[in-house]
Amino acid sequence: MKLHNKLAMFALLSTLALVGCSSDEEKDASLTDGSLNGVNGIGDASTSGLNGGSSFGGSGMNGGRYGARGANGLPPEFSDPNNPLSKRTIYFMLDSSQVQQDFIPVIAAHARYLLANPSQHIVLEGNGDERGSREYNIGLGEQRAKSVAGMLKAQGVSESQLSVVSYGEEKPVAMGHDEASWELNRRVELAY
Amino acid sequence: MNVFKKLVLASAIGLCFSPLSYAEMSIEITEGIESAMPIAIVPFASQGAPLDLSSVVSSDLARSGYFKPLSPQNMPSRPSTADAIRFAEWRGLGQNYIVIGRVQPNGGQYNIEFELFDVAKGESLLGYRMTSATADLRKTAHHISDLIYERLMGKKGVFSGRIAYITSTRQGPQSTHQLMVADADGANAKAVAISPEPLMSPAWSPDAARIAYVSFERKSAAIYTQTLASGQRERVAEFPGINGAPAWSPDGTKLAVTLSKDGSPDIYILDLGTRNVTKLTKNRAIDTEPTWSPDGRNIVFTSDRGGKPQLYVIPAQGGEERRITFSGSYNARASFSPDGKYITMVHGNGGDYRIGVMDVNSKSISVLTSGPLDESPSFAPNGSMVLYASRKGNTGYLSAVSVDGRMQQKLVFDSTEVREPAWSPK
Repeated sequence: MKLHNKLAMFALLSTLALVGCSSDEEKDASLTDGSLNGVNGIGDASTSGLNGGSSFGGSGMNGGRYGARGANGLPPEFSDPNNPLSKRTIYFMLDSSQVQQDFIPVIAAHARYLLANPSQHIVLEGNGDERGSREYNIGLGEQRAKSVAGMLKAQGVSESQLSVVSYGEEKPVAMGHDEASWELNRRVELAY
Repeated sequence: MNVFKKLVLASAIGLCFSPLSYAEMSIEITEGIESAMPIAIVPFASQGAPLDLSSVVSSDLARSGYFKPLSPQNMPSRPSTADAIRFAEWRGLGQNYIVIGRVQPNGGQYNIEFELFDVAKGESLLGYRMTSATADLRKTAHHISDLIYERLMGKKGVFSGRIAYITSTRQGPQSTHQLMVADADGANAKAVAISPEPLMSPAWSPDAARIAYVSFERKSAAIYTQTLASGQRERVAEFPGINGAPAWSPDGTKLAVTLSKDGSPDIYILDLGTRNVTKLTKNRAIDTEPTWSPDGRNIVFTSDRGGKPQLYVIPAQGGEERRITFSGSYNARASFSPDGKYITMVHGNGGDYRIGVMDVNSKSISVLTSGPLDESPSFAPNGSMVLYASRKGNTGYLSAVSVDGRMQQKLVFDSTEVREPAWSPK
């Protein structure tokens, strides 16, 4: 299938990119699954005043809500390309949050893994392409992430193992402005 | 006869420049009108001022599209007093108006005088004397532009205003997202918030002292309000799920926001004093992008309850929801004109997204831009132009178009992803 070929190519390129900059494992992992919250101690945004004063707002907490989980310690089947667990991105059609047939086995494999590992928590990160308005796309991204969450729950995964966040069009993985990039950006990432 | 009025510009706030470096912005007029008025802005007689005020005024007026300033090289003389103006020679050059001025140091500040004349009648139309701190000279120049524009166009100028926008740059897997504030001509751009995670949806408070925005810095969405002068901010919403699309009520006491804590995204009113939230829409579709009518009575928002995103209106106190857009397969991200008579929105047809303006009474929509990826429109504070984000190839840029669609200007940045512009309300 055309979409599949492109996705496979993209996955391959991503892998190559990983190999290319493999000096920092944590960064690599964040490229594949984007889940490395807090591992690098990501803090609040810094702010500045127009009067020249500089201050840091917020409480200074980092994103440690899921931070302790990280990507370390994922078993080898997650990097075996023949294992559906190696696929952690679900792609969607334009303006749709319906999971396509092809990805049902992938989600089922993750559901089985989560059932077998009830202490494992994942974040479902919903994303969209750049077309249309940004906040509406946040809504669409959330619908996509929730439809994956719904399928995982339907297979018995506990709600407490799942969180959902939508980045809308704010975190594209493909930077082009054409159909090929858009279909790669309409996605939900399962971030372990 | 000189008609100098006295005006002292308050110089309470001296802008301070951060050592961080920012993308340079320049502005091109991409579409002007043929009837632009010839005006001679004679270089002001100046004793050592660090800024050429008359050239700032000249580019402001040119940028508006309504004026065609005469290049100083083509000026037959450079008068700086009313007595020295030989009106005949300016008439001969086809000039409608002439502006002269003087800038003189006075202790740590400058005294500035300028005067605007009708060339045909040889008559003074406007004259001011003002004092400016050195750091505020550029601001003073924009203020002069506003005064001239208002006298000749009968409408407030927008040269003293500021714009907020978001930039995003990538280096490998790392991204830097910045909330920027700049003068309306792109000068003095400064980052007021910087984060490795996305920043979104900047919205000016009605007094232009604060900006509300969305930040993902804690790996989930939260809404902040930040005081521009100090950089101090507060996290005002961080519910499970979406916290998005903040819009200030006209009295500045509330935000309309999008939350999905109860399931699907709905519109809520957040009271900034009590922090209580009140649910306004209760639909299972996506309801988002609320905006207040200038009288504070209604909220217009985007909803896809009918399948595709369209605009709906609901009383701000709650009540019946009505759809208000019926042409185009996609209408979203509404914003009112300051007089409440028009709504600008993203208007899409078959994957092509342009900026539209709807007449609130007749509901007819005129399309102002050529697409295909135009977004985030908002009105200038005088209602004359709509500012929006667009892209050509791989470059994102900000653009402004006059409400009649005749005039277009492009704000160009160097190698930065730039989006979500918002013009300060004052």
